[in-house]
Amino acid sequence: MTEQSRVAPVTALFNSRLSVVNLGLASFADNLAAVGAEVVQVDWRPPAGGDEVALAALDRIAGSETDVAAANKKAVDILLAAKPALIDIGPAGEVIPGMTPTTVLHSGPPVTWERMCGPMRGGVIGGLIYEGLAKDRAEAEALAASGRITFAPCHSHGAVGPMAGIVTAKMPVWIFENAAFGNRAYCTVNEGLGKVLRYGAFSDEVLTRLHWIETDLYPVMKKALKLHGPIDMKGVIAQALQMGDEGHNRNRAGTSLIIRELAPTLVQLGEPVERIVRILEFLNANDHFFLNLSMPSCKCALDAARGVKGSSMIVAMARNGTDFGIQISGLGDRWFTGPASLVEGLYLPGYSAKDAAPDIGDSVITETAGIGGFCMAAAPAIVKFVGGSPQDAIAYTTRMYEITLAENAAYQIPALDFRGSPTGVDVRKVVETGILPVVNTGIAHKEPGVGMVGAGLVKPPRNCFRDAVLAFAEVYGAAPASSRSDP
Amino acid sequence: MKTIFIDKESYFDSALLMLTSQEVKKTSGVHDATVAMGTAMNLDLLRSLGFDAAALAEATPNDLLIAIDCVSPESANAARAAAKQALSRKAKPATGDAAHVAPTNLASALGAQAAANLAVISLPGAYAAREARMALESGLHVMLFSDNVSLDDEIALKTLSRRRGLLMMGPDCGTAIINGMPLCFANVVKRGPVGVIGASGTGIQEVTCLIDRAGSGVSQAIGAGGRDLKNERVGGATTLMGIEALASDDETKVIVIISKPPAKAVAEQVVAALERAGKPAVAFFVGAASEARRKGSVVHFADNLEEAAAMAVALAKGKRYARRDFTAPEAEIEAIVKRETRRLAPSQRYLRGYFTGGTLADEAWIVAHRATGAVHSNNQTDPRFVLADPRRSIGDTVVDLGDDAFTVGRPHPMIDPSARVERMMAERNDGKIAVVVVDVVIGYGSHADPAGALAPAVEAMRAAARKRGGYLPVLASITGTAGDPQNFSQQKAKLEAAGCVVMPSNHQACALATKIRQKIETRRKAGAR
Repeated sequence: MTEQSRVAPVTALFNSRLSVVNLGLASFADNLAAVGAEVVQVDWRPPAGGDEVALAALDRIAGSETDVAAANKKAVDILLAAKPALIDIGPAGEVIPGMTPTTVLHSGPPVTWERMCGPMRGGVIGGLIYEGLAKDRAEAEALAASGRITFAPCHSHGAVGPMAGIVTAKMPVWIFENAAFGNRAYCTVNEGLGKVLRYGAFSDEVLTRLHWIETDLYPVMKKALKLHGPIDMKGVIAQALQMGDEGHNRNRAGTSLIIRELAPTLVQLGEPVERIVRILEFLNANDHFFLNLSMPSCKCALDAARGVKGSSMIVAMARNGTDFGIQISGLGDRWFTGPASLVEGLYLPGYSAKDAAPDIGDSVITETAGIGGFCMAAAPAIVKFVGGSPQDAIAYTTRMYEITLAENAAYQIPALDFRGSPTGVDVRKVVETGILPVVNTGIAHKEPGVGMVGAGLVKPPRNCFRDAVLAFAEVYGAAPASSRSDP
Repeated sequence: MKTIFIDKESYFDSALLMLTSQEVKKTSGVHDATVAMGTAMNLDLLRSLGFDAAALAEATPNDLLIAIDCVSPESANAARAAAKQALSRKAKPATGDAAHVAPTNLASALGAQAAANLAVISLPGAYAAREARMALESGLHVMLFSDNVSLDDEIALKTLSRRRGLLMMGPDCGTAIINGMPLCFANVVKRGPVGVIGASGTGIQEVTCLIDRAGSGVSQAIGAGGRDLKNERVGGATTLMGIEALASDDETKVIVIISKPPAKAVAEQVVAALERAGKPAVAFFVGAASEARRKGSVVHFADNLEEAAAMAVALAKGKRYARRDFTAPEAEIEAIVKRETRRLAPSQRYLRGYFTGGTLADEAWIVAHRATGAVHSNNQTDPRFVLADPRRSIGDTVVDLGDDAFTVGRPHPMIDPSARVERMMAERNDGKIAVVVVDVVIGYGSHADPAGALAPAVEAMRAAARKRGGYLPVLASITGTAGDPQNFSQQKAKLEAAGCVVMPSNHQACALATKIRQKIETRRKAGAR
């Protein structure tokens, strides 16, 4: 090689405008700015908070023979290319793979009956009564503790559930298909606010509503979807984000869009008017109806990106009220968990932090897919839940670009000049920057059956990200530095 | 021709689509363009404009339509690409203060400033190497100001930089001027034909400033870091790469190398590289005996920093370099010596140098030691002349206050001159001091008013000498240029007001101090006889 070509980048530097990234003494950046140079000052903090073990693991991953960047690109491209569509509705026991009459799916990572929090136990009790497996609370509790019930995370069965996330065999579930990759995802019908099963309520009122969903809403919706054909969820979510939703804590626009989409079909079904009115009223009365559609859309998109060898992209975040857990594309079905924390937020009249259950639900799948808290800037109407201003919302979203792999051109945020949403969390970046994913969430009462008591922001436990990075380094990283020294 | 592209299920906001339509219309060969969602109204519009009704029939409100009226299929495709580009809006930071979030790491900084080409790193040593590695891996050139970077890390970084063809300045690199921009501790120097590479901070500053003040200028000044030439394993990696880069840089007509004496094998490689570069070159290896230029060689060896600058300027102008110790005529120098020594007390014998710049201190030591053979210092390696206690001067002493012994837990004296002031105040009652020499380094990175900070100490030492019935000559020089933010002429006026004789270079200040020191010695010996 000639000298010119070996140092070509240096001579190119000499012939271009100097553009500096300054890490360290801010005065060096100030001086450069004073002489008219282009300079950006990094508000630098020790990587991984100065945690040497985590840093060593990150360096081992950086020295890996596996091309993690390429694997991550592959994973996030799958996520971006996903085309989730609502195609059908059917009984969980018939459509969800692996369901049995005695299976109870729940939100979050695996958890035993003994370790379940109040709202989740309430949901299990309600589910068992609904299935006719128990006649009352005492029987249900005895059955749940007997070992005859198969508890499993929704996530292990291609499903997601908000809050307690209880799914039993007879419950109708929405069926989603990823048109780009063919995989499916499932979610129950959102019951509304107040006393509902997902908050652990199991009174007659709750069970009556569940039965109505099964006997009235389900058959009508099934017919409607058949007549209407698949509903492309990517388009609906994209529109909702431009109408002030973020797809997790605010679903008013999404719910409205779905009603608008389905209403003409519903009235064509030839069903009794009262029945259609009741269904439309049910949809209209529940701003969060769309949550049970946005969540499985995200699940359907993320599941396609599972199992990419060498990818450190997070494909699931979920909580069960006891543990917060994450799963990594390149690490199979392993869960990395930490204690579920308390939510910081605003409480409904009559409730306070002492009533709150720890963080619960699969709804953080929305953030995992790049909406929800990651799109706070799109939903200024709900920033009061996090005690902030629209500027804070923009800052939350802007921060998320530092821990994500891509921007989703389909999900654009008006307040950020239509910048695409920050998408595909790289667990390495979370540990390296110390920036935790911003998660919006509702707050459940700690006692079963009371319902929602507030909403706010939750901080995921740091250790689950750190543990995932250490495990990733074990699987994919270069040998530790100590055993790498020269012979 | 009218062409329609339909992207199934791609929703975009209508305002953005209208903007996109405007942009796509600018594509060459395009008469008209409509980028819109497939709503019934838009479909009607496009049908009325004569676009293919059959193609439009399958479009839904969730589909993106790119309808192009243009001259050829090529321009249709170009228009489609332009539409996609406008709609993707990659990594564009939000506008306005509210959206401004300072990046917290290198990767996000690169997101905010995609054109970045240099990382300046002054982080704690433990993290600096890691960030430097990531910067190189991101294709950035690096200036690594931090010290306390391990030798292994330095070698690994320089190997990586070599492989990627990137400049890796440092670790322990205090100064550089790239494309006329002063980096870290550097002066505002005019651009010009001299390219400088150095493993010493204040050495580069002094040489670049003297080039500027001689009416020439600097193309690039590349800092290599303290170990680059001194350590055989590093092997002059940055210096050699700098020589290659300056060799192929059209602006650079002359190359100057400044370093502490390199390892022997490395020195040979550096000289060989300069020969290969083929441009006139000047080498100054601080403290090494000056070599005669080999016959036919492009490499000239200088004896001091000022000479290195002067030789380079002469070579750039195609003129002969004439060696001289002082700018002023000899008679004027003799007059200064006479004036400054007239009122000295007989007990006054020794030279004291109080320096903030390491290489400037080296230069002072070399000049004085050559004359007296017994100058102590805290930054020399010969055990006979190393100060037993760096905090106490003995006999003739040149002290480098930027040495590690003085900077633990406090800033470098170029930033905070108080360590030097304290040292001078502590020694002001030493009746054996006959002459003092000091440096003042201005420019970016340095204290806002180093002359003003130094003046009270100079005045106090001179007052103490007068009180003892003697006098104290104080020689000073300013490393700086007229363009520096501290204002060169004001700094000079402050030093002169405090009683300093301000010389045009550090070498001249040291040479004059030494001359005074020798005059006293001669007088003393004559008196003793």
